Amino acid sequence: MARAATPRQIALELERRRREAAGVAVGQSYWQIARRRFLRHRLALIGAGVALALTATALLAPWIAPHPFTQIDLQRRWQQPALTGNLFGTDELGRDVLTRIMYAGRISLVVGYVTAVTISIIGSLVGALAGFYGGWVDSVLMRLVDILISVPTLPLYLILAALVPGGGVGRIVFVLSVFGWTTVARLVRGQILSLKSQDFVEAGRAMGASEGRIIFRHLIPNALAPVIVASTLVVGNAILIESALSYLGLGIQPPIPSWGNMLQRAQEYLLKASWLAIFPGLCIFITVLSFNFLGDGLRDALDPRLKT
Amino acid sequence: MAEPLLSVRNLKTYFYTDEGVVRAVDGLSYDLAKGETLGIVGESGCGKSVHALSIMRLIPSPPGKTVDGQILFEGKDLLRLSDEEMRHIRGNRIAMIFQEPMTSLNPVLTIGEQIAEAVILHQKLDRRAAWERAIEMLERVKIPLARERVRDYPHQFSGGMRQRVMIAMALSCNPSILIADEPTTALDVTIQAQILDLIRELQQEFHMAMIMITHNLGVVAETCDNVVVMYAGKPVERADVRRTFQDPRHPYTWGLLHSVPKLYERKERLIPIEGQPPSLIDLPPGCSFAPRCPFAMEICVQENPPDYSVGPDHTAKCYLYSEHATPEEKKAAAEAGLLASTRTS
Repeated sequence: MARAATPRQIALELERRRREAAGVAVGQSYWQIARRRFLRHRLALIGAGVALALTATALLAPWIAPHPFTQIDLQRRWQQPALTGNLFGTDELGRDVLTRIMYAGRISLVVGYVTAVTISIIGSLVGALAGFYGGWVDSVLMRLVDILISVPTLPLYLILAALVPGGGVGRIVFVLSVFGWTTVARLVRGQILSLKSQDFVEAGRAMGASEGRIIFRHLIPNALAPVIVASTLVVGNAILIESALSYLGLGIQPPIPSWGNMLQRAQEYLLKASWLAIFPGLCIFITVLSFNFLGDGLRDALDPRLKT
Repeated sequence: MAEPLLSVRNLKTYFYTDEGVVRAVDGLSYDLAKGETLGIVGESGCGKSVHALSIMRLIPSPPGKTVDGQILFEGKDLLRLSDEEMRHIRGNRIAMIFQEPMTSLNPVLTIGEQIAEAVILHQKLDRRAAWERAIEMLERVKIPLARERVRDYPHQFSGGMRQRVMIAMALSCNPSILIADEPTTALDVTIQAQILDLIRELQQEFHMAMIMITHNLGVVAETCDNVVVMYAGKPVERADVRRTFQDPRHPYTWGLLHSVPKLYERKERLIPIEGQPPSLIDLPPGCSFAPRCPFAMEICVQENPPDYSVGPDHTAKCYLYSEHATPEEKKAAAEAGLLASTRTS
């Protein structure tokens, strides 16, 4: 300890040691404990690392892509992947596949992230309202969820995608969000149902907190952990569904590349130039897998029942 | 007597369930003066907590409803206030602390954030001032190293400390009334004494009136000025704390006192109160205590007794003090020690 310690510092230090000795880590919040647990989860760390790397690559595409995005080189069509020249090969117009994949990643990941955020927000709101107010509010909202869940989604996505104009990111996020929030809503509703009967909610009311304050400050933050897990999985899922819709021609419209529509274009040349399908497919696969690992890790780390 | 701070008049809170109407609080009246401590005593389920929630207007509705009565706080009937006005009373003018300190704090917010929330809500202070106030309150409730611990989360506090935090939260807006709903029941005995001392000390400091809800007669003796004894939703006896203990008039109060061991009295056996408290659903007519009362008379199972005055500011809902009781019946009760001091009347 420092020589010129004030009584206050000494007292602090003693308190810190006492607490350490008592096995209560100093200043460990729920989130700190969760972080520690997460860091021990190897697959989740790999998932997080890969997801981060993919995101960074996509973000930095304009600076690190080997070729300009719009470059067409008819002299170099159908180049096979090679360590020298085009790492992932070129397509039917002589465009560099690696470059296009990096730019497509921007679109696909934005679709994934934005969908995850909108779904979390809508789902949390609906779930919180249903769980908190119960009664007819709950009945109406949950029947809506039941209906949305029991309708086969792919045809619905197709119809909706055909109805909503535009072929960009906005449409696909909209389509995915309209049907995607149900799982989160159910999760949050369940959480709120058990949370709202807890004493701290009553204490909050007795303190004069309004219903809105109780929902947004006391209930939803307590229900956040499973939402975070679910929304991580949504990122992967959204990318998958976007690919499927793109594959059916209703996703992101070319020339804007997404991993999904790159795959779709590639099917014409599957035998001639299989790398056109392999690399976007691999990207989807890796992304979805790493987000699922990440989600699993978060689920374990944020589970309040596990202590240590 | 000056105008009381809080005046509860004929309060009735019922719960409408599938099995029938539960009369949880059925005709409760009392006055609470500034700085006074009123004890509300009774067994589990006698309506004492429901009465507290009725004052705060926190009865879950449906199924519960305060169907009749007035709760006059500084002359205004709380039951007639708008939700908005009521929110301004809760936590600000009338604060409440609960039985379970372990679960009464929000696990994802720091201690400081929770205390500051109450202050920001009612006192229109900015965040920084509210934070300082939170630290000050933690110091007032004697949490060591308040400035550091204010950033801790509830799970880092012990039960006793959490109850201190709850007290700090309740007092942070300087309420005129503190409702303490079994504040020490969930705590260790040694901690109970500390918390009671703390509450009493702060009550003096903050010039608050307090309603102490408890089933613990020791707590009552220790803290209260006046006592209302409740049984099956009804106030059966009302007196100052000295008379309640030395000269109980209602057989239920008498039974309660005889079922508690006393330190300076050698006694082979305690006298329990026979039987169980009644279910509050569709109570039969008559005194609810009659089936368990050793002195029950015919009239007791037929009609509900009114309050009989049995001394200065002392009432009991019991026919023993009416012309319905024969001299022999009075004598039997007197021999048991119940009417020991009826000699003057």
